[in-house]
Amino acid sequence: MGYDHHFRVWRGDDTGGELDDFSVEVNDGEVVLDIIHRLQATQAPDLAVRWNCKAGKCGSCSAEVNGKPRLMCMTRMSTFDKDEVVTVTPIRTFPVIRDLVTDVSYNYEKAREIPSFVPPADLAPGEYRMQQVDVERSQEFRKCIECFMCNNVCHVIRDHEENKEQFAGPRYLMRVAELDMHPLDQADRQHEAQEQHGLGMCNITKCCTEVCPEHIKITDNALIPMKERVVDRRYDPLVWLGNKILRRTPDRDRSSTTD
Amino acid sequence: MTDGNGTTTETYERHDFDVIVIGAGGAGLRAAIAAREEGMRTAIVCKSLFGKAHTVMAEGGAAAALGNVNPKDNWKVHFRDTMRGGKFLNNYRMAELHAKEAPQRVWELETYGALFDRTKDGRISQRNFGGHEYPRLAHVGDRTGLELIRTLQQKIVSLQQEDFRETGDYESRIKVFAECTVTELIKDGDRISGAFGYWRENGRFLVFSAPAVILATGGIGKSFKVTSNSWEYTGDGHALALRAGASLINMEFVQFHPTGMVSPPSVKGILVTESVRGDGGVLKNSEGERFMFNYIPDVFKAQYATSAEEADKWYTDPDNNRRPPELLPRDEVARAINSEVKAGRGSPSGGVFLDIASRLPAAEIQRKLPSMYHQFKELADVDITAEPMEVGPTCHYVMGGVEVDADTQQSRVPGLYAAGEVSGGMHGSNRLGGNSLSDLLVFGMRAGVAAAQYVGSLGGTRPAVSEETVAAATEAALAPFAIQGGENAFTIQQDLQQSMNDLVGIIRKAEEVEQALLTLQDLRGRVAKVSVAGGRVFNPGWHLALDLRNMLLVSECVAKAALERTESRGGHTRDDHPAMESEWRKINLVLSLTSTGRLEDETVGLERQPVPTMPTELLQLFEWGELSKYMTPEELEGLPGATKMAPLPESEGA
Amino acid sequence: MASGTLDTPASSAPPSRRPGGRAAIVARTLRTDNWRKAPILTVVLLTAWIVISVVRVYMQKWYWVEDYHYLTPFYSPCFSTGCVPEAAHFGRFLPDWPILPYAAPSLAVLGLFRFTCYYYRKAYYRSYWGSPPACGVPDLHKSYKGESRFPLILQNSHRYFFYTAFVLSAVNTYDALLAFHSPGGGFGLGLGNFILVGNVIMLWAYTLSCHSCRHLMGGRLRHFSKHPVRYRAWTQISRLTGKHMQLAWATLATLLITDLYIMAVSAGWISDLRLIG
Repeated sequence: MGYDHHFRVWRGDDTGGELDDFSVEVNDGEVVLDIIHRLQATQAPDLAVRWNCKAGKCGSCSAEVNGKPRLMCMTRMSTFDKDEVVTVTPIRTFPVIRDLVTDVSYNYEKAREIPSFVPPADLAPGEYRMQQVDVERSQEFRKCIECFMCNNVCHVIRDHEENKEQFAGPRYLMRVAELDMHPLDQADRQHEAQEQHGLGMCNITKCCTEVCPEHIKITDNALIPMKERVVDRRYDPLVWLGNKILRRTPDRDRSSTTD
Repeated sequence: MTDGNGTTTETYERHDFDVIVIGAGGAGLRAAIAAREEGMRTAIVCKSLFGKAHTVMAEGGAAAALGNVNPKDNWKVHFRDTMRGGKFLNNYRMAELHAKEAPQRVWELETYGALFDRTKDGRISQRNFGGHEYPRLAHVGDRTGLELIRTLQQKIVSLQQEDFRETGDYESRIKVFAECTVTELIKDGDRISGAFGYWRENGRFLVFSAPAVILATGGIGKSFKVTSNSWEYTGDGHALALRAGASLINMEFVQFHPTGMVSPPSVKGILVTESVRGDGGVLKNSEGERFMFNYIPDVFKAQYATSAEEADKWYTDPDNNRRPPELLPRDEVARAINSEVKAGRGSPSGGVFLDIASRLPAAEIQRKLPSMYHQFKELADVDITAEPMEVGPTCHYVMGGVEVDADTQQSRVPGLYAAGEVSGGMHGSNRLGGNSLSDLLVFGMRAGVAAAQYVGSLGGTRPAVSEETVAAATEAALAPFAIQGGENAFTIQQDLQQSMNDLVGIIRKAEEVEQALLTLQDLRGRVAKVSVAGGRVFNPGWHLALDLRNMLLVSECVAKAALERTESRGGHTRDDHPAMESEWRKINLVLSLTSTGRLEDETVGLERQPVPTMPTELLQLFEWGELSKYMTPEELEGLPGATKMAPLPESEGA
Repeated sequence: MASGTLDTPASSAPPSRRPGGRAAIVARTLRTDNWRKAPILTVVLLTAWIVISVVRVYMQKWYWVEDYHYLTPFYSPCFSTGCVPEAAHFGRFLPDWPILPYAAPSLAVLGLFRFTCYYYRKAYYRSYWGSPPACGVPDLHKSYKGESRFPLILQNSHRYFFYTAFVLSAVNTYDALLAFHSPGGGFGLGLGNFILVGNVIMLWAYTLSCHSCRHLMGGRLRHFSKHPVRYRAWTQISRLTGKHMQLAWATLATLLITDLYIMAVSAGWISDLRLIG
């Protein structure tokens, strides 16, 4: 049942590193994370890897397997040929700490920059009433397990370090969309999405959607709808003309999301 | 600062706070929110990244008697269910507070931005779950734990944003120390004065100075081989509390969730949510028999259906039919599965079949149980809409934990609090599904508020952190690096897990538990000689070497208590004492350290302590006939109206 | 944050923000699958399609089948004074210059509708522009600001092209209806009709599956529950939107097939397969 598989694992830290070759036993039904653990237990006890639930629910064990962002705990060995070399590297977009562990603090910093849910002032706890059809869109985005693979794969920051400051990444643009679609949120988020969080940088090449382990349709359901909402507010010449003529401030008096 | 061989000067960071919360799961985050809202400078210290705590694994929901789906539900019914589930060993006051306050805590989450599934009239939807009389679990599909932790995480962020607007610093009142392990609590005299730990990513040390520490570290499941728990569940909080002089209760009660995955081997133990059964899934043996009807214990005969026809009617007409026995409390179902497998009626991989495919249309299964669908599809190549799952018991939860005051969650040590799974008493001998998430919220908040009040009461005089304690803690943490040629921590962990699983697992016998205690003694010697390769930067071998000490200590507590309690009750089943004894219901087993020092010198002491007596007005919530199954004749004497009790009037809702 | 040492005071930096950088991985991409296939195929197919259709719109002939009133979509509506009068249902006012296609206005609008389409953007940003060529493969460009400034900020005009494309789909439908014509003047039916109708159905599907359409139909609402009709429309359109890529390619094919068939019939290379008339 078991056989030996050729693995290449990147080992190193922020001063440098390289791909190390291992031959390691693989059994039926195992996933890449099992193999990394076997390496730890048998050949490389100090191999650094971040993991937690091992069931695809916490989003800790993100790495790149054969160049593609994957949760190691959900990547089955049976998806590879027995003679296919499996290369495991840390996610590229964030600074490496050691081996497969990276510093993902970019994500937590961006999370803090997204204004939080603004509850309706006139409703006490227990008085909230929302319809299932109205919460479903935001619920899809709340499936996110924050594995940060969408932010990792997004070329806006993956290939352009300098954009990190202005770009919140798919994960947090989706958070803006989630709040903008929340039936009871009281904040205005559409200008901010474009101005502060870099929505305009997204060129909808859909890699975020491709890598999402929760199969959230990030591009179709969050980013494009958000772009359209911004168009409602900023690039609709009719609205622009109306505002010019009537000398209205375009921010508060007309919400594009009707009712 | 030096490399792993720590010879010269060892630097450390020092942080001053009012309250330190250890653990960033539901209880820890709720406690931190409460402490911060009381004006405390609060630190959250967690072993994983922020937002990855084990709470994300909770699937079913948070039990709270909101009465949204069945208006007959109220805190009294919830209280009764909880006491029943715990076989009346629960700390009644905790169960009462929990049942009363859970609705408020759940509603509060909506003001933080949570989006639960809705009823037709727009309120929070509630689902059926084992042991709960009415649909009671507020939920979001089968990912409620994720919703809860994300909501609390985002509430923390929103508080940090408030602080930023006020002070220009996000972390001026709440700071998260992620991937940071606390190895020791520090005391000044008999009071807490702080904590000592290290950054996992670089191995550097930190000293927290704070008069109050809230433990919210979760459970101990990683001491067992087959478990639904993650690597974090090494019993750190239990061990820290013991070493700081606090006590543990009810450690013999370990919940084995009846349905964990059994195949393929690498995913063995991963949880299959109880919602599968709540939504209609049934358990079958290899002969195709729906066997749970054969396992309804006497105490539950009144509430559970005895035929498949009646059980199936319950899903649509719960008022006029009794519940299907698949929804018995977890301990009963786990034991039943165990018996079927032992009798040779198990599935090919050593479990039983859990069938939802023949019960619901495929589309509905995908809608109601999306993460289960994906979990089986991706990890086991099983399409649960077309074929049954193979499931078996998996170590899931420890009912036991730090002995705390019911109202404040304070342990025996002034300044030390515990909330969530790491605290004991609330769930008695067995926890009902869904009562964990509500427990986190109710007692997390209570601990946060109580800790803040305690800190406030101290005035200007705070306990101090001494250099000697820091030096000792440093030495202990670096010890594994000093040992050359010792054993690998991973091997010892595997041996520990195997022993606990085999000898102190779901069914226990005196000889086996005694054997386990001997093995643990032996393991202590081996752990003391573990050596670690590599340096201190993100070194899993070193991390495990330190965690192993905690795992050993709590394993010993579990084994000692399991040997002492010569009856079977809830999460403690003794093959040699299969009956539940009314005399034992009155007794809690309390564990504490009788001598401390180095690992080899630690001795666990055990004493018996009476279970707090329920006041009459709570006792009156139960039928006489039911109480008489649990309590001794003397306890029942003198109860007003003892001969017949009226059912609850419907208007008595809270 | 204070700090201390066991022997002497010292300071230490908080470790959360370390200078250092990314993992030094030599290979630009470690993907082992054939990631080049999709962008190459896109370039080849799109380029071929554009070349053929440009040739066709500048031929300024073989766009109309007099007998059966077949008009190719590439020449509809035919506005040029060079158009056959019977083929110009909406008037003739454009000068008949060789550089000006007969249906220049609608071609421009439809071209821009597709150019600014969310799917085509993905397709050509990846394949022509290499930004990025595939997921996990480095961007071919040194700097990148996306659609946040001129000229790509103009992509936000997509919905206006959607409005006009919507109208033009109606025009194409009208053309397809007029084509149920027999040489004698009454109702007629031939293979050409099936092709024209098929094309129009696909064009509608593509146009309605547009992300802007989905947004206008209901996506912009905050409370679906208060707009049950729009919610139902949004649900249906969402289903189509999921197939936007497939529809984008399918319509390129049906457009080309329709045009080439009409060209062949019009040029007399083949004769239409007639069922009635």
